[in-house]
Amino acid sequence: MKLIQRQNSDLWNWSPVEPLSTLSEEINRLFDSPFGEFTRHMKLFNGWTPALDVYEDKDNLIVKAELPGMKREEIDISFHDGTLTISGERKYEQKNQDAETYRAERFFGKFHRTLALPKPVQSDQAKATYKDGILTVTLPKTEEAKPKQIQVNVN
Amino acid sequence: MTTVTKTENRATRTNETGAEGRGYFGPQVNIVETKDSFVLEAEMPGVSKDGLEVLLEGNELTIQGRRQTGVPGAEPVYRESSPRDFRREFVLDPSIDTARINATIEQGVLTVTLPKAEKAKPRKIEVSG
Repeated sequence: MKLIQRQNSDLWNWSPVEPLSTLSEEINRLFDSPFGEFTRHMKLFNGWTPALDVYEDKDNLIVKAELPGMKREEIDISFHDGTLTISGERKYEQKNQDAETYRAERFFGKFHRTLALPKPVQSDQAKATYKDGILTVTLPKTEEAKPKQIQVNVN
Repeated sequence: MTTVTKTENRATRTNETGAEGRGYFGPQVNIVETKDSFVLEAEMPGVSKDGLEVLLEGNELTIQGRRQTGVPGAEPVYRESSPRDFRREFVLDPSIDTARINATIEQGVLTVTLPKAEKAKPRKIEVSG
């Protein structure tokens, strides 16, 4: 699918905690998953790649990103030339200095997703909300991009 | 050192059926042990307090999160997220005081604090005589 331009995320591959779960375990999880989830597991090799969904209704394009456990101010959304970029950094907070880690499956650090929008939108009218760890960006389509009903008179 | 709160990925290994037959998959977790407790964090984006269930049966802890996926009235154009609900089971370390387990969820991250029983905490024994 050409819609999503994947960023080379090698640059962002940083985590203060080594993933402790074994590779074989991750591979088992991978093969237990349907292919739709494959991208979720790409972070095994590529750092953190939050899942993105795109929806469309009559008036809007709606982009949803799974970004659990972030603060609003850590998320950046920008729009340039028909391209939406969602980026940010989830900081690792070690709350207990003497803590011993048993499992570290969560990813911390920077992420960067770029998306070429399939329809022209009015970027100045964009709205974003962050709730339950899901970022939702609503982008109203331009008038030209909206479906129009054409009245045809039959004599 | 200590027996880890051992993870049993039963839900991810078998094809259990979740809400509306969508199935479950295991959320990613971090588990740390401190002097006083074990702390488990699970990523469950899209799950609010209402969709969350934390069940304790004997020494088995089950976390389960249901979520509304999609956007009502809109068609999916491209999708990477899973439509499935979250579920994962854990076998708890015997040192955990199951009566005092506490759970909170904030921005899609569930935090379960599993305090150790008083007798399991390390203490210094004074030598007399």
